[in-house]
Amino acid sequence: METSVATPPVSSPPPQPGPPGPPRPADGRRSAAWRLSDKAGLVVCWGMGLLFCAIAVAIVMYFLIKGLGYVRPWMFVTPASTGFTQSQTGGFSDALIGTGIVAVIGIAIALPLGVAIAVWLSEFGRPAGLARLVESTIEAIAGTPSIVLALFGTIIFASPALGFLSRSTSGIVFGRSFFAAGAMLSLVALPLVVGSTREGLQAIPQHVREASYAVGKTKMATTRRILLPASRPQVATGAMLGLGRIIGDTAIIVVLLGATLNFDPVGGTPVLSYLKGTGTTLTNYVFQNAPTGELNNPEKAYAAAFVLLVIVLILNAAVDVIHRRARKVGTWTT
Amino acid sequence: MDHVTPPPPVRRLDPHEPFGASEAPATTNGNGAVATESSTFARHRRAAPSQLSIDRMQVESLSVAYSGKPAVKSVSLPIRQGEVLALIGPSGCGKTTLLRSLNRLTELTRTASFDGRVTLDGMDIMGMEPTALRRRVTMVFQQPNPFPMSIFDNLAYVLREQGSRRGRKSTLAPAVRNGLERAGLWAEVGDNLKHPALKLSGGQQQRLCIARALVAQPEVLLLDEPCSALDPQSTQVIEDLIVKLREEVAVVIVTHNLQQAYRVADYVGFMYLGDLVEYGSATSVFNSPREERTKEYVSGAFG
Repeated sequence: METSVATPPVSSPPPQPGPPGPPRPADGRRSAAWRLSDKAGLVVCWGMGLLFCAIAVAIVMYFLIKGLGYVRPWMFVTPASTGFTQSQTGGFSDALIGTGIVAVIGIAIALPLGVAIAVWLSEFGRPAGLARLVESTIEAIAGTPSIVLALFGTIIFASPALGFLSRSTSGIVFGRSFFAAGAMLSLVALPLVVGSTREGLQAIPQHVREASYAVGKTKMATTRRILLPASRPQVATGAMLGLGRIIGDTAIIVVLLGATLNFDPVGGTPVLSYLKGTGTTLTNYVFQNAPTGELNNPEKAYAAAFVLLVIVLILNAAVDVIHRRARKVGTWTT
Repeated sequence: MDHVTPPPPVRRLDPHEPFGASEAPATTNGNGAVATESSTFARHRRAAPSQLSIDRMQVESLSVAYSGKPAVKSVSLPIRQGEVLALIGPSGCGKTTLLRSLNRLTELTRTASFDGRVTLDGMDIMGMEPTALRRRVTMVFQQPNPFPMSIFDNLAYVLREQGSRRGRKSTLAPAVRNGLERAGLWAEVGDNLKHPALKLSGGQQQRLCIARALVAQPEVLLLDEPCSALDPQSTQVIEDLIVKLREEVAVVIVTHNLQQAYRVADYVGFMYLGDLVEYGSATSVFNSPREERTKEYVSGAFG
């Protein structure tokens, strides 16, 4: 934008008149002039940054190499089965599909709910007391360990009123199903969607809202046609981060999805039977097949972990792409 | 409806500097005398309501307070089509509050309270639907703030019903074109209406905002320091535009820039600490102010 004049870096002092000669580097950039403690601090910061990069690279590389060695195309289309050797125990097709199902259910609940909450908090937020309450509730959910949410879910979804969402025999509700797991997982994603959407809304300068009011638009029209489209990148980012959390969650799956290794549909309705039934996801598959798990098929665990990692990396890349696209549309000067 | 041609290559440095050289660039013609009325603006200036002037708004002892603290104190003035009214004064003097009261944007501030009366074509604006009022009294802001959509959609948004997306492009196109032409932007963007508005230059963005404000066919156009974020060239294009627009709409401009007020305004209201200290034709306010405070301000003694 032509108006935004590039401001000089804060650290560079105004040029000083001095005798001609080789230009002296600006003080802020010449680390030789720094105090020893500052130099040490800088080294520590660098070190920490490099250390974390190294850890991240190590994890990713380890699983990419190790997983790539074990993963086979047939695993994607073969459900798990019982067997004595690792070659007999099948693949993780059910787990892969299960991950997809909980992700879809979870985000289908969390996205509209989260965006609605964020819009209300950011644009309306009256009465103020209620807004504060909602805010701290969201924070409380964000801070709650997912195993606690899972335990809470067992109470809710085992209630007779919600019996239609899972298996029930003669009035006793099992309370474990894709519905139950997906609903509780939406709570895991919700705070991320709310937080990211609010961030997006609050980044819009107030005068943009007023510009819309100033041509006779209502608050509703402004929100729908200006504010939400403008914060679409942040909404999408929140959804991606939420998806990542849903896909990575294990506790809720183990407790609320039955911790099986295969689909166990309820009744005969085509899709609904699967959603009402129990199943598994990649995280549970890894958990069960890990050397410390019940099944102890480390090769399968590595293969599944590799797939899980790739999915998460793709989500992260998607966030990056969204932000890059958003930059192309431009933004306001504040 | 003619286009504003691209700005002339050489920017005319305002030669007339009647109120002292303190704010003026050093390039004025020496003694800072009231200069040659050669400027296009000076030729246009109206010292008295022209015969074609239409009384659009009437501000009658309007007071605005924020949490009981007065920001505008019993201000009365007329707003006429056919002339540009500039509100000048130091920061915090209430000129923006006065401007925002004209389309009831001040109501968005919860702590604001009002007294007095403002009429638009004889009707009390407090009795009108705010959304209806704001379509007749539109506003352009300090920062260019096009909506994050295409150039076309920026104007179409105003034309469409509230949040609706209805209205075919072909039916809206003539009005969109008309708006862009009136803002002198058609020649530059007419062949690429799908371009994202936020990727235009700052000056073009601001003219788009003016086009957006004009496309609603308002009676009054409010401008809140519309050039303060722009470079001198874009500023001149917009100033030319403002002078041109006064025939079609009543124009009220708030500005910090005294030279700008002198260049574009026919009438000037000087505000200080919430009071309208002086109101009169630009020539009289700048050249022979009645009040001591006005004299000090326009000669650059404070503010």
